[in-house]
Amino acid sequence: MLLSTLQTPRSLSRLTRHPHSFTSRASLTHQTQTLTPSSPSPPPQSEILSIRHALLSRRASAADLVLSQLARLRLAEPRLRSFLHLPDDDALLAHARRLDARIAAGEDPGPLAGVLVGVKDNICTADMPSTAGSRILEGYRAPFDATAVKRVRELGGIVVGKTNMDEFGMGSTTEASAFQVTANPWDESRVPGGSSGGSAAAVSARQCVVSLGSDTGGSVRQPASFCGVVGLKPTYGRVSRFGLMAYASSLDAIGCFGSSVADTGTLLHAIAGHDRFDATSSKQDVPDFQSHFVAVSSLESKPLKGLRVGLIRETIDDGVDAGVISAIRAAALHFEELGCSVNEVSLPSFSLGLPAYYILAVSESSSNLSRYDGIRYGNQVYADELDSLYGGSRAQGFGSEVKMRILMGTYALSAGYYDAYYKRAQQVRTIIRNSFKEALSQNDILISPAAPSAAYKIGEKKNDPLAMYAGDIMTVNVNLAGLPALVLPCGFVEGGPSGLPVGLQMIGAAFNEGELLRVGHIFEQTLENCKFVPPIVVDDIAY
Amino acid sequence: MASSIFRSLQVHPFMLYPTTFLRRRNGVFHLTTKATQSQTDTQQRQPQTKVSSSNSTQSKKLDKIPKDYEAIIGIETHVQLSTLTKAFCGCPYSYGSSPNSSICPICMGLPGALPVLNSKIIDFAVKLGLALNCNLAFKSKFDRKQYFYPDLPKGYQISQFDVPIATAGFLDVDIPVEFGGGHKRFGITRVHMEEDAGKLLHAENGNYSQVDLNRAGVPLLEIVSEPDMRNGIEAAEYAAELQRLVRYLGVSNGNMQEGSLRCDVNVSIRPIGQSKFGTKVEIKNLNSFSSVSRAIDFEISRQVQLHSQGQEDQIVQETRLWEEGSQRTITMRKKEGLADYRYFPEPDLPAVILSQEYVDGIKNSLPELPEIKRRRYEQMGLSMQDVLFLANDKNIAEFFDATLAKGADSKLVANWIMSDIAAFMKNEKLTINEIKLTPEELSELIASIKGGTISGKIGKEILFELLAKGGTVKELIQKKDLVQIADPVEIEKMVDKVIVENPKQVEQYRGGKTKLQGFFAGQVMKLSKGKANPGLLNKILLEKLNSKS
Repeated sequence: MLLSTLQTPRSLSRLTRHPHSFTSRASLTHQTQTLTPSSPSPPPQSEILSIRHALLSRRASAADLVLSQLARLRLAEPRLRSFLHLPDDDALLAHARRLDARIAAGEDPGPLAGVLVGVKDNICTADMPSTAGSRILEGYRAPFDATAVKRVRELGGIVVGKTNMDEFGMGSTTEASAFQVTANPWDESRVPGGSSGGSAAAVSARQCVVSLGSDTGGSVRQPASFCGVVGLKPTYGRVSRFGLMAYASSLDAIGCFGSSVADTGTLLHAIAGHDRFDATSSKQDVPDFQSHFVAVSSLESKPLKGLRVGLIRETIDDGVDAGVISAIRAAALHFEELGCSVNEVSLPSFSLGLPAYYILAVSESSSNLSRYDGIRYGNQVYADELDSLYGGSRAQGFGSEVKMRILMGTYALSAGYYDAYYKRAQQVRTIIRNSFKEALSQNDILISPAAPSAAYKIGEKKNDPLAMYAGDIMTVNVNLAGLPALVLPCGFVEGGPSGLPVGLQMIGAAFNEGELLRVGHIFEQTLENCKFVPPIVVDDIAY
Repeated sequence: MASSIFRSLQVHPFMLYPTTFLRRRNGVFHLTTKATQSQTDTQQRQPQTKVSSSNSTQSKKLDKIPKDYEAIIGIETHVQLSTLTKAFCGCPYSYGSSPNSSICPICMGLPGALPVLNSKIIDFAVKLGLALNCNLAFKSKFDRKQYFYPDLPKGYQISQFDVPIATAGFLDVDIPVEFGGGHKRFGITRVHMEEDAGKLLHAENGNYSQVDLNRAGVPLLEIVSEPDMRNGIEAAEYAAELQRLVRYLGVSNGNMQEGSLRCDVNVSIRPIGQSKFGTKVEIKNLNSFSSVSRAIDFEISRQVQLHSQGQEDQIVQETRLWEEGSQRTITMRKKEGLADYRYFPEPDLPAVILSQEYVDGIKNSLPELPEIKRRRYEQMGLSMQDVLFLANDKNIAEFFDATLAKGADSKLVANWIMSDIAAFMKNEKLTINEIKLTPEELSELIASIKGGTISGKIGKEILFELLAKGGTVKELIQKKDLVQIADPVEIEKMVDKVIVENPKQVEQYRGGKTKLQGFFAGQVMKLSKGKANPGLLNKILLEKLNSKS
C-alpha cells in the first residue's frame, strides 16, 4: 500500500523536480541561515523519498548511503553527543548489504530501506543496550525489540543508535541524562530540549534521517521546537507502547522526528496501528498519510480554503517570549494567506493542565519505576538486608530528578492524599479533555507555540525545576487530552550564531494525524524565506 | 537473562520459621539479617510461644467453645485459575515445573513490557460471581497494589481495589451429619481478580534466596467471606464447598496441597451478648480443610483462655502461623499499623465492561451447582448422607446422574455406588473416572437384576468384573453363561434330582426337620451354578418336599 503511493505520479513529479536532492544536500545547505534570508528557498524535501529514489534507480547502494550518513553522524557526534550507544559500522553495513541483495534480486526493500533511524534510549532494542538514560539500567540489554522498532526494521529501516535523553524521560533539557549532556545543533551552548533531546538534535544535525522519541508531556514537541525539526506526538493509542519503558503510562506516546513533514508522516505510518501486546493501542485504521500530501507545484492559490484554525489565546499570553509570540502570529497570518479562517479561541482550563499533569505523571512514574529494584536486572548494590538492597540500589541508580518525582508521586498516592491529589487531577483531566473536544468542534485544528521560549542555555534552568516544569505549559494539555499534535518550525528568534528556531504546534482531533500532516505539509512547503538547517550541517561537507 | 534471576538475597541463617519468608504483606519483611532485629523477633516470640504451649494442653479439654463466648470467623480464599496461560502474558503455568522455565519479559516485569488481559479470566470471574449469587459490576477495573518484595517483579500486583467484579453474594452449605448436620448460609463480601506473585526458594544453609517467577502472573480470584462462621467445622465446610464450586465450574483444580486454593482465616472472639468485635487474628499456612478446622478451634481456645483469665489485652492484631507438627498457632508477625498499598487504577489495562448478553450467556452455560444438585438428590428421597456423598464429588455426581439418565432407579444406583463401587475405589485407590465401569453398564446391570435376567449375587460378580476389566453386562452374562434359570421345568428337574440324591435328608425333612429346606435350596443352587431363580426354586422345592408328605 505504501509502495503504491510512493510511486504515484505526484510524488514522482516532485522527485523529478529535484533529481539530485539527496546527493546535493551540501549545496542546499550552503546558504547562510538568517532571520531574513535574501533569496527564496526551496521547500524541505523528503529525505526518505530521496534515499528510496537513489536506491531503486541504483544510483547508490544502501551500503554507500549508510557509510556516507555514518560519516556525517560521526563528524557531528563529538560536538553534540546525541547518542548514548552506536553499534559497530559493520553491524549497520550488514543490514545495508542485505537490503542491497534484495534490491539486486528485484525485491522491494521496504519504504524505509537505507534510512538511518535514531531510537530514543527508553525504547527497547534487542541488539543494543537500552538504559533510558539511567545509571540503574547501565548496560541493560532488552531481550526484545519494541513494537515500533520491530516495525521500522521490517520496513527496511536501520536503527543507527540509541539517543540521549533525560533519565526515564523526566526533564525538558536532556541535562538529566545520567551519562552526558547533548548540545543544540543551532547553538552548542544551548540545550536541545527534552526529554527526547538526543533524537531531536540528531535529526536536526542530519546525523540520522528520522528518529523515534517519546512524548509524555511534550518530550517530542518541545525538543523539535528547540532544534528546528518536525516532531509528531500521535494520538494516545495510535502507536504501540510495547517496549517503551513506561514513565506515565496513561500519557506516554512514542513520537516521530523528521526534517520534513513528509518524513515524519512516513515514519508514523510505519509504526502506527494496533498491537496485541499493548491493550491500550487502538484498532483504528491507519490511513495512508502520504496520499494526503499535495506537492507544492500542484497547489492552488488558497490550498487550505475553509480550514478553521483556532489560535489558543492562553498560549500567547504573559510569560511567553515576545519573539515566540510574533513567530506564531506570523504563522497565523500565513495560514490566512493559505485560505484558512483563523480565530483566537480560549481554553479556560488551559492553565490547570500543568499541575494536573505533574501530579498524574509523578504518581504513575512512582509506580512504573518500582520495578527498578536491583533484584532481577540493572545495578544492584551489595547489602546485608533486603531493605538496604532496595534502598542502596535505587539511591545509587536513580538521579535526583527521578528521585524527586518518585517521592512526589509516592506522596500523591498515599492514603489520605489520594483524593486531594490524584483523584482531583483526574477530574481536571476530564475537564481539559472536554474543553479540547469543544474547541475542536468549532475548529479543525488548534495552534499554539510548542514552547514559551526558544532553546535556552545549558545549565540555565538546571537548579530551578519549577521554571523548567513551567516550560511544559504548551504541551502537557495535549497529553492529558490524548490528542495528536504536530510541531514544525515556523520562524526564528534571535540567539546563537544564526538564530534559534521556533516551533508551531498544531493540535488535531483524536486519530486525525492525517489532517495535521496534510496541513503541516502545505504550511511547510509554502513557508518562504525560512530554512531550518542548523549551522553545524553547513559546516559539514560529508557528501 | 536467566542468570540474573538467580541473584542471591541475603537471609539470616538463624531464622526460626522459614515459611515466614513466603508470606509478604503489609511491608514487613522477614529477610532480615541484622542480628539485633532477629533477636527482638525472638524475644517477642518467646512469651507468645509460652502462652500458646500452655494453652495447647488445656485446649484439648475444650472441645467446644465455652458457652459464654462466641467466635467470629471470616475467610479470604485465593483460587488459582486453570487457564491455559497466565493472566497477562502467553506463558503456560504448571505446578512443579523447574524454576523460571515458564517466564517471559511480561511476567518478569522487564522494562517496556505491558500486560494484556487474558479474557478467560473474566469468564471465570463472572462464572464464580454468578455461582456465589453475587452482584456483578458491569464496569470494573484493575488497580495496582504497590509494595516491594523480591517475588513481585513489577513492584506492584495487578489487582482490583474499590470496584471488584462481584460483591454481596452468599454460599449455601450442608453441614455433614456427623458434625451435627444442618443447612448454613455464609455471606460473600467480594470476589476480585488479581495476579499471583512468584516464589522465593531459600538455600538450606540460609545464606541466600532465589526467586522463581513461574507463578508470577498466574491468575487468581480472591474470595472474601463475611465473618459468618462460628467454629472450625463451619469454616472448613465453607472452604470445602468453595472448592466443590470451583471444580464444578471448571475454573480451578482447587488443590490445596499445590496451593491452587489457599485459605487465610480471621478469628476473633467476644462474650455472648457483646456487639463489639474482639481483636482479630489472622491465621495462615492452612494446607487442608482439617487444618483450617483445627487451627481455628485451637485459636478460639487460646483466645477464650486469655479472655477468661482477664488477659484479653494479650490478644493482639497479628498474623499467626498454623504449625501442623505441634498442632498450634504461633506468632508470625505483629501488625504495625495499616499498610498503605497506594492503590491507583492500572493505566495499562482498559476498564472491564460486561454486557448483559455476555452475562446471560455465561449464566445459561453454568452447570448444575452443588447446592442445587443436593436439593435435587434430596427430593429423590435419598438420605442426607447419600446426598452429600454423591454431590460432594463432581465426578461421582456426574456418574450418578448419567446412570439415572439411562433409566435406573435412583436409590438402587445410590446403593451400588456407595457400597460396592465406593469400596472398590477405596481398595484400588481409584477415582470414579478411572474405573472401567460405565454409567450405561451400571444401569444395565441394575435392570438385568430387576428384570430377573441375573440374580443379585451374580450381579455383584459381574460388577467387579466390570469395575476391574470393563466390558458390557450382556457380554459377560453370555460369555459366562450366567443367565438366570427361570424356567420352572428346568428347575423342577434339578429339584427332583436333588431330592432323589438325598433320600436321608428328605426323610428327616418330612419327619419335621423343616430347617433342611435351606440345605436343599443350596444343593439346587449349586447344581444350577448359582443361576436358578431363587424365588422360583424355593417355590418348586417346597411344593415337591411337602406334596409327598
